[in-house]
Amino acid sequence: MNVFLADTLHLLLRHIRTTIRIPIWIAVTLIQPVIWLTLYGQLFRRVVEIPGFAAGSYIQFLTPGIVIMTALFGSAWSGMGIIEDLTDGVMDRLLATPVNRGALITARVLHAGLTVLVQSLLILGFGFLLGARISGGVPGFFVILILASLLGCGFSALSNGLALVTRREETLIAIINFFGLPLTFLSTAFMAANLMPGWIRSFARGNPVNWAVDAARGAMLGQDWDGVLWRMLFLLAFALVSIALATQAFRAYRRSA
Amino acid sequence: MPAIAAAIAVEGLFKTYRNNNIKAVAGVSLSVEQGEIFGLLGPNGAGKSTTVRILATLTRPDSGTVQVAGCNALEAPHDVRRRIGYVAQASGVDKWATGRENLTLQAQLERVPASRIAGRVDEILKWLDLEKAADRVVKTYSGGMKRRLDLGIGLVHEPQVLFLDEPTTGLDPETRAALWRGLRRLKEERKLTVLLTTHYLEEADQLCDRLAIIDQGQVVVTGTPAELKGKIQGDTAVLELSGDAQRGEELLKGLEGVIEVRRHENTLIVRTAKGAQALPVFITALEGGGLPVRSATLSRPSLDDVYLHYTGHRFDAAEKPA
Repeated sequence: MNVFLADTLHLLLRHIRTTIRIPIWIAVTLIQPVIWLTLYGQLFRRVVEIPGFAAGSYIQFLTPGIVIMTALFGSAWSGMGIIEDLTDGVMDRLLATPVNRGALITARVLHAGLTVLVQSLLILGFGFLLGARISGGVPGFFVILILASLLGCGFSALSNGLALVTRREETLIAIINFFGLPLTFLSTAFMAANLMPGWIRSFARGNPVNWAVDAARGAMLGQDWDGVLWRMLFLLAFALVSIALATQAFRAYRRSA
Repeated sequence: MPAIAAAIAVEGLFKTYRNNNIKAVAGVSLSVEQGEIFGLLGPNGAGKSTTVRILATLTRPDSGTVQVAGCNALEAPHDVRRRIGYVAQASGVDKWATGRENLTLQAQLERVPASRIAGRVDEILKWLDLEKAADRVVKTYSGGMKRRLDLGIGLVHEPQVLFLDEPTTGLDPETRAALWRGLRRLKEERKLTVLLTTHYLEEADQLCDRLAIIDQGQVVVTGTPAELKGKIQGDTAVLELSGDAQRGEELLKGLEGVIEVRRHENTLIVRTAKGAQALPVFITALEGGGLPVRSATLSRPSLDDVYLHYTGHRFDAAEKPA
């Protein structure tokens, strides 16, 4: 088997095992979206009566937004794991082996993508219970999962890259807190685009979170499949660029060690 | 180039860390034979860890040549990595994985053939006496168990050269002795070359075939523990007094053969030629001066004396500011 793929698989299994062994972490990342869905779903229920909302119910409008928001926050913390490896000496131990260097980053990014996939499944299920139906059918369902995972891969790569540059948990936490919510609110996660102020709308156009929200909502409602596909390609590009950046950060880290 | 390659050959190593401009290694040269347990002895901050990190391909030196297990560590680090085991000062085990999982992952990444991994991991677990804890998460391990597992991680792929950075720091004496026994056995059975760093004089003395004393980024002296101690003149007499030690110091200083007298509370540490003959003379002189001697011991020079001789400061004193 190809060395890169084999190493990636072995490391990926390590990360999955760790996630399963800390179930509290899974619970915490899921409690939040459940609260968002029930609370906001109730609070803004009548917002859809404003002309401009395409969705039949606010919960149907909101669910794809929450899926993407959870993907963003879930994956943005991914860099914490690599900092833990740096401080525990695990990274040195791995770097003293012939392990493929690219696999060390790729495994973390894939792990974040997989985690997001599972979270998205659970959120879609919970949304369904609250009445959010996927009008886009089976293709819509899979497209939402792919979109969330791509966004998760992208942000986890950025997070890992930042972690390797800053090498401090505190700095990483500060950066994530600073950017996380604005990225969410400068998107159509909670509010339809044509009801947003102009400046937010133009900002949202360049926001990968918004690409994902728009596309996920399109897939949910079964509308504008062309737009969905384009945005999916943009997200793929975003993920690839982020991985390239993280790889560069890793190279810089190894040179400076 | 010599016909028989040493397991480790280092020439003129320099390394300055860019972020704090500290000269960590300033001209280290070493040669370690195959099947040797070689110690780098020195206080914290002496440059031991940096040297080992360079040898283990984790850090690149600013200049110098590094040959490990017959491969050039700077030009072909990948070849070196397949032939070495490295156990860092900071453990390096994955605390959320079991002992068996840690060893298995390491074996996979070290390119042990898949069919041999399970057997090899069992063998290591047995050797380290970790069989019962093998399927427990490492988070539940004691410090000593974790350190043993570290050693297993360094050995799972049967490397030619093993690097151990402060392998016994924080271990209880019993675990430490067991680790020493294990290393000696590996050396005898498998001709494993071990390079370890330590700041325990006792460890360097009892475990290492040869050692290099390293101070401020430089190798001060290299040799077997016996050779190094042999270079130090005289014996050490330790006399515990019940009276005024300062007056005792004055009484002994002028005596024939006395090289140096140091005082620690009410104990005198005297370096002297022909210790066996000198000791009764000392006791007579002290008691004659009205200073009863409570106890007296005589010993051959220790590595502590060697260290003092070559660096100009005591080992313990060098430890503190770090």
